[in-house]
Amino acid sequence: MSTAIKDTQKMIEEVLDAYPEKAKKERAKHLAANDPTGQCSTCKVKANTKSRPGVMTVRGCAYAGAKGVVWGPVKDQITVSHGPVGCGQYSWWARRNYYNGITGVDTFGTMHITTDFQERDIVYGGDKGLDAALHELKELFPLAKGIGILSECPVGLIGDDIEAVSKRVEKEFKIPIVPVRCEGFRGVSQSLGHHIANDTIRDYVLGKGKLEKTTPYDVALIGDYNIGGDAWASRKMLEEMGLRVIAQWTGDASVNELGIATKSKLNLIHCYRSMNYICRHMEEEYGIPWEEFNFFGPTKIYASIRKIASHFDDKIKENAEKLIEKYKPIMDAVVEQYKPKLEGKKVMLYVGGLRPRHTVGAYEDLGMDIIASGYEFGHNDDYNRTYPVMKEGAVIMDDATLYELEEFTRRMKPDMVGAGIKEKYSYHKMGVPFRQMHSWDYSGPYHGFDGFPVFARDMDMTVNNPSWNLIRRKK
Amino acid sequence: MKTIKIKDHNELFQEQTYLDQFENKREFEDPWPKEKVKEIAEWTKTEEYQEKNFARKNIKINPAKACQPLGAIFCSSGFEGTMPFVQGAQGCVAYFRSHLNRHFKEPLAAISTSMTEDAAVFGGLNNMLEGLENAYTLYHPKMLAVCTTCMAEVIGDDLNAYIRTAKEKDLIPKDLPVPFAHTPSFVGSYINGYDNMMKGILSSITAGKKGEPNGKINIIMGFDTYTGDYHEIKRLLTLMGVDFTLLSDASAIFDSPNTGEYKLYPGGTPLEDAMDSINAAATVALQQYSTLKTMDYIRKEWSQKALALSPIGVKNTDFFFEQLSKLTGKPIPQEIEDERGRAVDAMVDSHPYIHGKRFALVGDPDQLLGLVSFLMEMGGIPVHIVCSMGDKKFEEDMQELLSSSPFGSEAKVYSGKDMWHLRSLMFTDPVDILIGNSYAKFLWRDTGTPLVRIGFPLFDRHHLHRYPIIGYQGVLNLVTSIVNTVLDEMDRKTINTTSFDVIR
Repeated sequence: MSTAIKDTQKMIEEVLDAYPEKAKKERAKHLAANDPTGQCSTCKVKANTKSRPGVMTVRGCAYAGAKGVVWGPVKDQITVSHGPVGCGQYSWWARRNYYNGITGVDTFGTMHITTDFQERDIVYGGDKGLDAALHELKELFPLAKGIGILSECPVGLIGDDIEAVSKRVEKEFKIPIVPVRCEGFRGVSQSLGHHIANDTIRDYVLGKGKLEKTTPYDVALIGDYNIGGDAWASRKMLEEMGLRVIAQWTGDASVNELGIATKSKLNLIHCYRSMNYICRHMEEEYGIPWEEFNFFGPTKIYASIRKIASHFDDKIKENAEKLIEKYKPIMDAVVEQYKPKLEGKKVMLYVGGLRPRHTVGAYEDLGMDIIASGYEFGHNDDYNRTYPVMKEGAVIMDDATLYELEEFTRRMKPDMVGAGIKEKYSYHKMGVPFRQMHSWDYSGPYHGFDGFPVFARDMDMTVNNPSWNLIRRKK
Repeated sequence: MKTIKIKDHNELFQEQTYLDQFENKREFEDPWPKEKVKEIAEWTKTEEYQEKNFARKNIKINPAKACQPLGAIFCSSGFEGTMPFVQGAQGCVAYFRSHLNRHFKEPLAAISTSMTEDAAVFGGLNNMLEGLENAYTLYHPKMLAVCTTCMAEVIGDDLNAYIRTAKEKDLIPKDLPVPFAHTPSFVGSYINGYDNMMKGILSSITAGKKGEPNGKINIIMGFDTYTGDYHEIKRLLTLMGVDFTLLSDASAIFDSPNTGEYKLYPGGTPLEDAMDSINAAATVALQQYSTLKTMDYIRKEWSQKALALSPIGVKNTDFFFEQLSKLTGKPIPQEIEDERGRAVDAMVDSHPYIHGKRFALVGDPDQLLGLVSFLMEMGGIPVHIVCSMGDKKFEEDMQELLSSSPFGSEAKVYSGKDMWHLRSLMFTDPVDILIGNSYAKFLWRDTGTPLVRIGFPLFDRHHLHRYPIIGYQGVLNLVTSIVNTVLDEMDRKTINTTSFDVIR
């Protein structure tokens, strides 16, 4: 075992010492020193298990995964937060899934629509109210292409039958009414919500869309939620390659696009964690192959473009090379401009979905060093994809707590941290440059050739803003 | 070296390549014909639509309201060394923290007991026990303030018994204060959560502390998310020479200075002072609706004088100081009188731009009452007043206020209604200015009515919450933001006309 690994393991043990015995034993399984070769048996983390009560997990819930991530961005369906008022309020337009349309008329993405459960709904059940709510929505929003019912905790606990209501109303309205059983207490994190949402896409809308013609170049862009316009930047590249993106899931997605993805020749998946389920299903049921790719930073982008093109004929392969040729000078110029200011800076990441591994290459393109990375709600397959891209001895964290993040920061002294809003301001107080890597800190896009310059600019302003130097620390 | 011009989403997606992409993407969207969309868009602005909109009873669309535990953790985080502790599913706490982080741009620690399916079946006792032990050992709080999510409420967790068990098993020290409050999300809103938690904390930590009167005044801010208000009330009471205890000083945690160190507990109401609050001469709450149960409790159980006085606007602030002076026997100092004079001077100077302007307002009950009172003092005309968390009492209180001024005659009060109702109202009966939180910007976009951001949450503008809206200084801030919004709009509308004045 190398010194780098041993040193990190020692540091992890020290950090764990503060926990009570049971929690310590459990948390120890979720923190590891990285071994990119995969030979070290103690260098793997356990994942996708319950968070310990009281430790201050950063995780969210199944509702957050189903409503906030997968279904919420579908623009022309109404997403009802079914239950008390809070969940829909706190997740209201927080993920910046950009879309085109007239909100409240033919699209509904930035609206907070809820059945606002009261005590009587808990006592007598909410089904009757739900039925009436759906009718009221249909009256007010005649152009809605579907209605999703996203269950909050009480719905499952009181035993409502939202499936029966949906079925009845769907017959009447003749648009998909999708009951999503994503009560927040289900599962251990957002992750189960993604899975449940995938299953409901499969059961209620998949294969039901209209597409007049197909071509050999039809692809679906899956697991891109168009945060700050990410999917649009990715789509632009795919189209420049000569591919025809028939469906975009689920950033700026229409219900129809959820329906027609089954006609694609290849499913391209960016966020593996949240949408691998439906890709596997389409592979099994429709024989559609799927390919993971990474559109963060030029190195990974070039490799991904070539990998995607390899599924198609020479025309596409040539286009791919031309595309790289066209953008390489721009990417080189971006690197030339920012690398001198960022070279050697140490980065700690703690995010979700695809980012803990997918953004590593983009940081490395700028000469930055990833010293720790972790997932809020990753599974083993995420970590297996992560170990090889991380350096030896880097910290791998699963479901990290506020305490652990703070301790690792104190000991490892990163020059910059990329995590979420709950972490952001404690890092500001510590005087550690910080970037929100869920919402791109209200910037973006970060995907593709149009996104990388923005990414580089943002990392530079984060690390090198002069205001950090004004913080007067106690001696 | 020439710097590369970098375009982010603000500019990038206006480029022709992207506009073409958006147009071409329609092929796969099965969209409605553009004329149809336009027709429906116009229809949503009509009286007919408004009637349908107001007929709905079972669905809320863009309500200005959030759930109880948010208010509870906001309340408890203002006490010294206190960790908010939430019994229930973990996503809720992630949401509460994010929501408050986004408004204040400040960190907030809060604990969840991460209840899952097994807790739904067997109850949340084990989660509570392990949660208390872990939280105490890891984060060393001086007090753990327990509230609940709807999950714990639906399954009926017995907080009192669970906490007792944790102490009996020595998982946490026996003398650690662990007050609790039931805060079901399906009852009321965060103002009630604040109230329940405040009552829970006070009743728990003052138990057995009744002793000599300490001559102090307790101040309870209510669910006030303006950190500037906390600093302001402290300044004013100090000026007046009043000895006071601010119960839940949220400014400590939500407005802490940057020292290069993250402090989990940067201050707050000293627990010792909070315990002694039972011996104060009186309690004054600066909000009424978020302190109803607490004030009732203080009156009945502590036999203390308890007044709710909301100092928003000139007359309300006058009344506040008059009452405070009566309570304490302290005169109102000249300095405060001078501040009043300056605030009134500013109102007189700016009145031509506010007199006769018609307003729509959406927000929390106490703030709405204060703002409406202030607007009428300046000759503004409140027209649509929407309070998603309002009740019958609020309607009556507001009606009474409106009847007190000729400027109140046009107004209608909408309790329990939401911003989609308000959208209809603003189309069928347009106003000049809208006052609301950040989500009201969608109304600004749809109706073109300029928005003054006052309320909670304020996500899309920075630092507004640092400027007080209470007291005479608050009046000055309100005048400034409202009049300058009117003037900005005037400039925008007259940009290429002769009316583009430089002196106003």
